[in-house]
Amino acid sequence: MSGRTLFEKIWDDHVVTGNDPALLYVDLHLVHEVTSPQAFAGLDLAGRSVRRPDLTLATVDHAIPTTSRSLGIRDPQSKKQVDTLRQNTEKHGITFFGLDDPRQGIVHVVGPENGYTQPGKVIVCGDSHTSTHGAFGALAFGIGTSEVEHVLATQTLWQKRPKTMAVEFDGSLPTGVTSKDLILGMIAQLGVGGGQGHVIEYRGEAIRGLTMEERMTICNMSIEGGARAGMIAPDQTTFEYVDGRPKAPKGSDWDAAVEYWKSLVSDDDAVFDTTHHIDAAALEPHVSWGINPGQTAPISSSVPNPDAFADPVERDSVARALKYMALKPGTPFTEIAIDHVFLGSCTNGRIEDLRRAAEVVDGHKVADGVNAVVVPGSMQVKAQAEAEGLDAIFTAAGFSWREAGCSSCLAMNDDVIPSGERCASTSNRNFEGRQGRGARTHLLSPAMAAAAAVAGHLVDVREWS
Amino acid sequence: MVPLPQADVDTDQIIPKQFLTRIERTGYGQFLFYDWATTEDGMPSSDFFTNDPDRRGARVLVAGRNFGCGSSREHAVWAIQDWGFDAVIAPSFGDIFRNNSINVGLLTIELPEEIVTQLQDIASNPSAEVTIDLERQIVQAGELAVEFEFDGDAKRRLLEGLDPIGMTLQEDAAITAYEAGRADWLG
Repeated sequence: MSGRTLFEKIWDDHVVTGNDPALLYVDLHLVHEVTSPQAFAGLDLAGRSVRRPDLTLATVDHAIPTTSRSLGIRDPQSKKQVDTLRQNTEKHGITFFGLDDPRQGIVHVVGPENGYTQPGKVIVCGDSHTSTHGAFGALAFGIGTSEVEHVLATQTLWQKRPKTMAVEFDGSLPTGVTSKDLILGMIAQLGVGGGQGHVIEYRGEAIRGLTMEERMTICNMSIEGGARAGMIAPDQTTFEYVDGRPKAPKGSDWDAAVEYWKSLVSDDDAVFDTTHHIDAAALEPHVSWGINPGQTAPISSSVPNPDAFADPVERDSVARALKYMALKPGTPFTEIAIDHVFLGSCTNGRIEDLRRAAEVVDGHKVADGVNAVVVPGSMQVKAQAEAEGLDAIFTAAGFSWREAGCSSCLAMNDDVIPSGERCASTSNRNFEGRQGRGARTHLLSPAMAAAAAVAGHLVDVREWS
Repeated sequence: MVPLPQADVDTDQIIPKQFLTRIERTGYGQFLFYDWATTEDGMPSSDFFTNDPDRRGARVLVAGRNFGCGSSREHAVWAIQDWGFDAVIAPSFGDIFRNNSINVGLLTIELPEEIVTQLQDIASNPSAEVTIDLERQIVQAGELAVEFEFDGDAKRRLLEGLDPIGMTLQEDAAITAYEAGRADWLG
């Protein structure tokens, strides 16, 4: 019998009953305002209760304003949604990081920074970017509202066993190339449907060298490659990150936990259903040019020509993308002028992201006509950044410094990019209308976004001085 | 039948974000593909199927590969159903979208790309009919009759209309036994 993959070990440890589908136990259920109200209403209607409120954590992030908290929520429907979550959490005894809580933030930033996210856990949330938590060696995936209701009521989920995929990043990342470029580069190579039906394990030298926050950026975008989840085996970097956080195990529990966590690696003779190799050492900074995250290319290249694509479906898709994005084939990416910069999101709204962007911005001014905004991923990230003086660097350069939330990543609040305008964004999706109807999104790393803000156009950050 | 051949249609297109602040589960059909169905000033776009009287009453959407990718919003499935569709046929689906569909009774059928293309050609005629027999797992339209694969467990749930939470609650003893064996540090 061959060995087991990291995924298989966690799966096996969570099977309550059944085989395929198996009933999996959920260790952590994260809840936010947008995908939960109908689930709680369903529970009430059936007269059911929340089985494990102690394994459930709620916060607000998707539709809340990023302007001063003292202004409250102007949109009555969003306000009602947030109030509904507060009432639901009070009724069922669920911990709630509300708008006035210093721990409030994007659910995928809040979970890790408070120590809820730990290796070996099964973690779910009504949000596709739940894959973020896989960076700790957890099995974490997004679910729909019906499944949210199921988890609330039973703390379990019926799951078909996904296939396993290994993505090996060979070599180490060159200077100026970040984990965002690594994941964008991977999706460009494998396509937006490349991971369908799979759980990806990211492996290799380039991955081992990354910090936890960099690993989160990679696992976060697993869903953009179509994968259900992405994971990275826990190691010393992981343990050091978790140690001492509010919900981390303490004392003898900590020792027992670490001993278990150390077993969460794919065995040498484990077999993956699919394996891909990516030459990390050859990667460049990447930028998206189209309307899905697979439509991404190295910054040193230019807008592709639809005619260069052999597959007719792909050709149509590229043509449609260029029309929406108002881009001409052959235009060098570095000549594309931008109107907005959005620094934030569950992909790149953490303290290291803000530090990297601040380094680039320090001593410069945002270009005339560019509206640049920083939205920290959580109120704790915001406080940390302010303690380090990063806010001063950003505001001196002309950036707007905001309160925590999802903001322009999906523009459910007022942070909407106007139609026809172009945004360099550290978020995860460049879908049509994602940042506002008719808005044109270019996905890139925090350093690249910062450089674009100063230059007023896309820039190869390797040439930045 | 309605053909929608483009690939990688994401759930942001199916139901744009501005409709996700509602706390209800119903009434999303009027917002289906809203940005494609309306002009920027909110008027109906003449060339989109949701505004075509000949397409009203259609019950099967024949889509492109990787349909329903992206965001986990179940609102996308609610909108498709609420507009009147009972089934979506495509070469492949986003994983979360497919799970959400099964959970609320929207049938998602995967067929090879060349068959889907043939169905889209047939569907270009608004009066063309398609029959989906879930019991026998056969799609039939015109001269075309093809079998499709479908998960047995999901099929039973769809055909028998079972309450999945109620069924899982019957496993209470197994869940309680599992909980007793969890490590202390997991809470």
